[in-house]
Amino acid sequence: MKKSTASVLAVVLSAGLAAAAMGADAIKERRALMKANGEATKPLVPMMKGTAPFDLATVQKALKTYMNAAEKMPALFPDDSKTGDTHALPAVWENKADVDARFKKLGEDAKAALAEVKDEASFKAIMPDFFKNCGGCHEKYRAKQT
Amino acid sequence: MTPALPFAVGAAIVALAAAVGWIVMAPKPIDSAVAAEVSEPGDEAAGKTVFFVGGCASCHMSPGQKDPLRLGGGMELKTPFGSFFPPNISPDPRMGIGRWAPAQFANALLAGVSPDGEHYFPAFPYPSYRHMSVKDVRDLLAFLRTTVPVAEPSRPHEIPFPFSIRRLVGLWKRLFLPAIARPLASDPTDLEDLGRYLVEGPGHCAECHSPRGWFGEIIESRRLTGGPLPTSKGKAPDITSAGLKNWSESDIADALSTGLTPEGDTLGGPMAEVVRNLSQAPERDLAAIAHYLKTYKAGAGR
Repeated sequence: MKKSTASVLAVVLSAGLAAAAMGADAIKERRALMKANGEATKPLVPMMKGTAPFDLATVQKALKTYMNAAEKMPALFPDDSKTGDTHALPAVWENKADVDARFKKLGEDAKAALAEVKDEASFKAIMPDFFKNCGGCHEKYRAKQT
Repeated sequence: MTPALPFAVGAAIVALAAAVGWIVMAPKPIDSAVAAEVSEPGDEAAGKTVFFVGGCASCHMSPGQKDPLRLGGGMELKTPFGSFFPPNISPDPRMGIGRWAPAQFANALLAGVSPDGEHYFPAFPYPSYRHMSVKDVRDLLAFLRTTVPVAEPSRPHEIPFPFSIRRLVGLWKRLFLPAIARPLASDPTDLEDLGRYLVEGPGHCAECHSPRGWFGEIIESRRLTGGPLPTSKGKAPDITSAGLKNWSESDIADALSTGLTPEGDTLGGPMAEVVRNLSQAPERDLAAIAHYLKTYKAGAGR
């Protein structure tokens, strides 16, 4: 009897720890995907300004990075990842359907841009609106601490 | 001598002090010269630029609304002193400011005094707006008159006692609004002057990007070095030359109009709305703002 209580307790405890670890893992994964997005975008910013030469391969790589993030992100907001080392606001969990829809649109827009951006002119025509996908979520769902 | 006499003297002194205090805290409206000047006809097109640089819509739109030209108010501004609800500033004659005389409008922006002769709470950023030129105030009013009339009443503030006593704001103004020349120079040929004017006047950047003291006053020595966001967790970052050391002036100006940072991030939180406003501003204004911030040293005042 005593032994079984202890083992139940152990199972409960380890499940709790595993859940906590999962939440922390989700945060880590979210941050890694978002960091990759930022790094992919960084060379695009001077291209938008015209201070760096347009490079189609770099743009396409960035768009594929966004598509990857858009696909994976919706599953990375389990309830146990609300707090911790994250800039995500509680609003994410209060409006999860909206968040999911925004990632879906991000993925679709990135896919469309991948087909449509062919040169500097189409890049400069399409991307400013595309980046509103990023800003839209960062406005409602993220609070940077620095 | 009866014990009642010293008590009466004491009470009289307290009453006198209170009366003097009450008078000291009285709202001080703009002078008649400014009132006359602001009553000249304004330029709507120029006022539109002032409107977007000033970011009026960020607070005076109604919650959940996207059209920046419907200024029905009501967007909650949570502060340590309670919740403020920016009022309806649409041209509706009953619910908005449609019947306001230009001098009343100037009193609000430049002196923080309402048409009823009461103090506004400084959640309305007149500590910055009071540095605006009379021309900008006049043009802004001309533009506001062209926006959509919204027939919704303003929601009252939810401010607990004693902060709810408007007269006390008079003391706050005496303590924390240093008497400096108004308006700030806005010589459009001098990039630094123009930048200072836009940042410290209509742009009111310091209102979020500065830490505040016990009484909600901006800590001047740390002006523009960043502050906590009033409505959400997160921080309005340091935008002095130290905070922007990895940004060029053109990075700053571009970020203000596109939202994209040189790190490949986008400006988020309440700054996203500021970007929507500033994307309507002339390039030269953005260049001036960028120049001023990039050269601003913490503790330099304004």
